[in-house]
Amino acid sequence: MTSIVFENVRLIDPASGRDGIGRLTVENGLIAALDGDVTPEGAHVIDGQGAVLCPGLVDMRVALGEPGSEYRESITSGARAAVAGGITTMAVLPNTSPAIDNPALVHLLSVRGKETGMVSIHPYGALTRGCEGKEMAELGLLQEAGAVAFTDGTRAIEDAKQMRNLLSYSRFLNALVVQHPEEPSLAKGACATASALAVRLGLPQVPSAAEAIMVARDLRLAELTGARLHFAHISTAEALSLIREAKAKGVQVTCDTAPPYFAMTEEDIGDFRTYAKFSPPLRSEADRAAVCAGLADGTIDVVASDHAPADADDKRLPFALARAGGTGLATLLGVTLGAGLELIDALRLLTCAPADLLNIPAGRLEVGREADLCLFDPDEVWTVVAGSLPGRAQNTPFDGRKLTGRVLRTFRRGVEVYTAGALP
Amino acid sequence: MPERGPSSRHLLGIEGLTAEQIVPFLDLAESYALLSRSRTAPRDALRGRTVINLFYEDSTRTRTSFELAGKRLGADVINMSVATSSVNKGETLLDTAATLNAMRCDLLVIRHAQSGAPALLSQKVEACVVNAGDGTHEHPTQALLDALTIRRHFGRLNGLTVAICGDVGHSRVARSNIHLLTAMGSTVRLVGPPTLVPSTIAELGNVELYSDMDRALVGADVVMSLRLQRERMGAGLVPSAREYFRFFGLDRRRLSLASPHALVMHPGPMNRGVEIASDVADSDQSVISEQVEMGVAVRMAVLDRLSRLRMHS
Repeated sequence: MTSIVFENVRLIDPASGRDGIGRLTVENGLIAALDGDVTPEGAHVIDGQGAVLCPGLVDMRVALGEPGSEYRESITSGARAAVAGGITTMAVLPNTSPAIDNPALVHLLSVRGKETGMVSIHPYGALTRGCEGKEMAELGLLQEAGAVAFTDGTRAIEDAKQMRNLLSYSRFLNALVVQHPEEPSLAKGACATASALAVRLGLPQVPSAAEAIMVARDLRLAELTGARLHFAHISTAEALSLIREAKAKGVQVTCDTAPPYFAMTEEDIGDFRTYAKFSPPLRSEADRAAVCAGLADGTIDVVASDHAPADADDKRLPFALARAGGTGLATLLGVTLGAGLELIDALRLLTCAPADLLNIPAGRLEVGREADLCLFDPDEVWTVVAGSLPGRAQNTPFDGRKLTGRVLRTFRRGVEVYTAGALP
Repeated sequence: MPERGPSSRHLLGIEGLTAEQIVPFLDLAESYALLSRSRTAPRDALRGRTVINLFYEDSTRTRTSFELAGKRLGADVINMSVATSSVNKGETLLDTAATLNAMRCDLLVIRHAQSGAPALLSQKVEACVVNAGDGTHEHPTQALLDALTIRRHFGRLNGLTVAICGDVGHSRVARSNIHLLTAMGSTVRLVGPPTLVPSTIAELGNVELYSDMDRALVGADVVMSLRLQRERMGAGLVPSAREYFRFFGLDRRRLSLASPHALVMHPGPMNRGVEIASDVADSDQSVISEQVEMGVAVRMAVLDRLSRLRMHS
């Protein structure tokens, strides 16, 4: 029997609202007691010195390169980056090569996650075969195999009738359909949001309305079908106001955003910096402020890293040709803590909120649950340095930025899987 | 509005018919079923009458059933094969009607891919029009033969629970059955994925919608399985046959949830291993062959009754 006792830690459990100094006991990989006064014999006692102990973070939107482009990020390298960011649970996107449109591949990813011993992996199932937007994938069989939700990743379902059919079909499975909210014909070929800056740089542009157009259509379809719809990486004020309105009407809609959309603007593209190229693209300051407001008022349900690994050759290209997306696992906590929210509210967006949305048993400090834990110092400042991040991919948009809030130790089922300073 | 009711010389659908209007068809069919078995059907009942089978969609089963029904009653039966007729040369439905009218046929049996085609035809011809299936609208003789089969086993058509499973949204068989069974006082449950059982179908009347096959079958007296057309997968309504069978296939385990005396029915042709497991289709509870037998009897009754109604009008 292996036991750990965390003493003198600030326990924060957003699910129960708990925030205060306490004690947590782990036995055999499970949370055995909160505030227990017994120290099991032979227990390893950790003095937190007042650092925060919270549930291991749950990241609901992660792209890994496995299977198919392990040179960008494998499950193992991705897991190393995750635990360095305090993340112990990841929902991974299905637009790999091959796509996760087959029950056997869902099993494979879950097992590969377990093999790392660091994280639990919950695959998304493809909405359409090959994530190609043509034939419906076997949503029911994928769900039985363990797919937590369905999406085509970074491709929007373009055809309205197909989207209606997918939403309608998902209802008998009570499955969550996740849409990439960008009207594809407007977004095609674009790499920057329509603005004076993009005009000056001469970059092909997509209007921010492309997001609102897709959101408006899909909200109507969700209402029509009664399905559960989720929008990934929302980035505009207009889309947020549509979602806010729909939620008030009782439509079953949720959304997430990612750190670049509340911590950066199009100005960060600067002199054609491809590490600041995203899909959807970075927006105006007004949109960024609206995303912060959406986080504060609950319109945005979850913050996800939107980790999108790329290797140097993917990014060392003219801006329009470079691969979109940035790494986000190691920086998720630090950037989110800087969004101006109360600590417990910021952590809710990273723990129980995504876990509940995907129906994953994680993200809570409860006796009997797996001891997936993150110990972090909310006041320690560290500098992001591309090239020395954990994991394989180094394409962080936050290179050089100082973040407040540093992960000290991460535990998966009571096993210490990350210790600050231990990695190169 | 096309004519309806007991005095109508057409049978365009079940919708609008009352129990009192439905039962005489079943009673007459019941007697024809017995006479057919003993090979003593009255070969003069329709002597001198002409029945034209006008099939715009391929259907060996229904066409043969109508042909046999007519012949057993002594009618002259003509099958118009649309593939080789002037219809295929661009003639409109109404021009075809005028042609057939001029030929003085007595009974016109029509199958058409367009909902409402028999109703349109009925307004333009002297003959009695029998709808042998129009689009996704109605298939009244199928509902009558299903009802007769059920009545022969339970002795009644009221107070039963009938689960209709599968592609209800595109099914004329389901629509006619819903109208008939609810008119007779039975409970109808519809089950399938929401893409095939749209919530708007509840507007047909007193039906219960399910998307969980197990729940829908609990305690059912009759389980009707519908054919899943391959086109439904192409149209993005169902991902694959194997997923469909996993969630909506009628197998042994699911059938065991229904009442122990439950009947298994299927309008045919079956996709074994897609909507129905082979062992269920071939089980003692299956009355699929009996449905085919009752089909001929019901069509004899329909042709006979309509022909007599026309004489009286």
